[in-house]
Amino acid sequence: MSTETAEQPVAKVAKAEGLFSKRRRKIVSDPLSDDNPITVQVLGICSALAVTAKLEPTLVMSIAVMFVVVFSNLIVSVIRNLIPSRIRIIVQLGIVASLVVIVDLVLRAYLYEVSKVVGVYVGLIITNCIIMGRLEAFAMGNKPYDSILDGFGSAFGYAWVILVVAFFRELLGSGSLFNFKVFEAIGIDNFPTVGLMTSPVGAFILIGIVIWVQRWRNGYVEHQ
Amino acid sequence: MQQSNGYIIGFAAAMTIILGGLLSVTAVGLKERQKEQIVLETKKQILSAVMSTEGIPKPKLSDIYGERIKSTVVDFDGNEIEGVVPENVKVDKEYKKSPENRQYPVFKYMSESNPDQVEAYILPLYGFGLWNYIWGYAAISSDLNTIYGISFDHVGETPGLGARITEKGVQDRYKGKKIKDESGEIVSVDMIKGEGNPNMDSKPHQVDGMSGATITGKGVNSMLKSYLENYEAYLSKVAKSGGTISASL
Repeated sequence: MSTETAEQPVAKVAKAEGLFSKRRRKIVSDPLSDDNPITVQVLGICSALAVTAKLEPTLVMSIAVMFVVVFSNLIVSVIRNLIPSRIRIIVQLGIVASLVVIVDLVLRAYLYEVSKVVGVYVGLIITNCIIMGRLEAFAMGNKPYDSILDGFGSAFGYAWVILVVAFFRELLGSGSLFNFKVFEAIGIDNFPTVGLMTSPVGAFILIGIVIWVQRWRNGYVEHQ
Repeated sequence: MQQSNGYIIGFAAAMTIILGGLLSVTAVGLKERQKEQIVLETKKQILSAVMSTEGIPKPKLSDIYGERIKSTVVDFDGNEIEGVVPENVKVDKEYKKSPENRQYPVFKYMSESNPDQVEAYILPLYGFGLWNYIWGYAAISSDLNTIYGISFDHVGETPGLGARITEKGVQDRYKGKKIKDESGEIVSVDMIKGEGNPNMDSKPHQVDGMSGATITGKGVNSMLKSYLENYEAYLSKVAKSGGTISASL
């Protein structure tokens, strides 16, 4: 139940540890709930507000963030002992920025439609605090395989929260899911859509509710 | 571990070269494919003014485009400009010039049964919505008055509000509306405020608005009106010729 973003390197473990040992499973599962980047660490809120008006761009954003956080964790972890500590932030930023530009270029070449929607926000992944947070707190002090797991855990933790927010925003704001008009499909023609949900204000309210529910369920309390 | 300044500079330089090289290779490698996507996207948008493009794979759209679309470029006075590829005219760049100096591409949608007869004239539009640029294609039937179909796109209108101009339901409201009044003057078609206005079918120069997106609607209106006026000279030339030169002009 640690709330610090700077975790200590995980204690030395015995040799021949299983690929999915208990400790490693915990690396993946912790960020999903107890140490969720959005609801507990309150990182990455900026993009959670910006992209969650519809489910489709949100899903692409989640995948893009996953790609970037996993690979930057891996790369930084591999060269962690070579990185001069005095310029480590700029080195991390350079790696993250390069990966983000690659994602953007690939989207534009192969998923043009989607990149039209999320194009602006993909660039903003660079400033997603979750990624820098994981690099600085985890990848700089842990082995590559653990860092990959940590990347997946954080990315999934981020993804489920923004997908939940996007689900309600699209459902209530546009009356659709993945652009499929659900209310018309079940025979409600004049569903009153909530304009508030399409604006970032709606995302604030929803994230607030998600944080509230999750903290209530986990019995989490802010430290004084 | 404290490293020397030399090591730090060396590391930074090496990192710059490696990352820079990687990015250049990716950018160059994907460039052709990106260009292709943009060309396909433009063709799709042009076609979506006259037909439903949903669910049709892009290569097929490209074939349809090749069969049914004949294009040309005209100037403000309606005269054809030689030696310019219409598909290469950047409407957004032209938009920044004064209307008299722009190049105006015209995409003619040819009849399926008679490939020499124009079914609709597709005219590009460009303007400004609430937050950012909007654009589209308006298809005018061969009577040069009735709107055959229309398509819009945008950069940053509000999702669920102004961004609805990309929805089929909103664009279909323009179908069958008239751009000229009884005296033959271009009056365009206005999207009015509010949604669910009654008797829209009896109003040839108005379409129902989008609730919560009045300013985007205003942007659409002024875009449509100004471009119809810009193409007025060309349209009246086509009308005078009785459509006979329309296939060539």
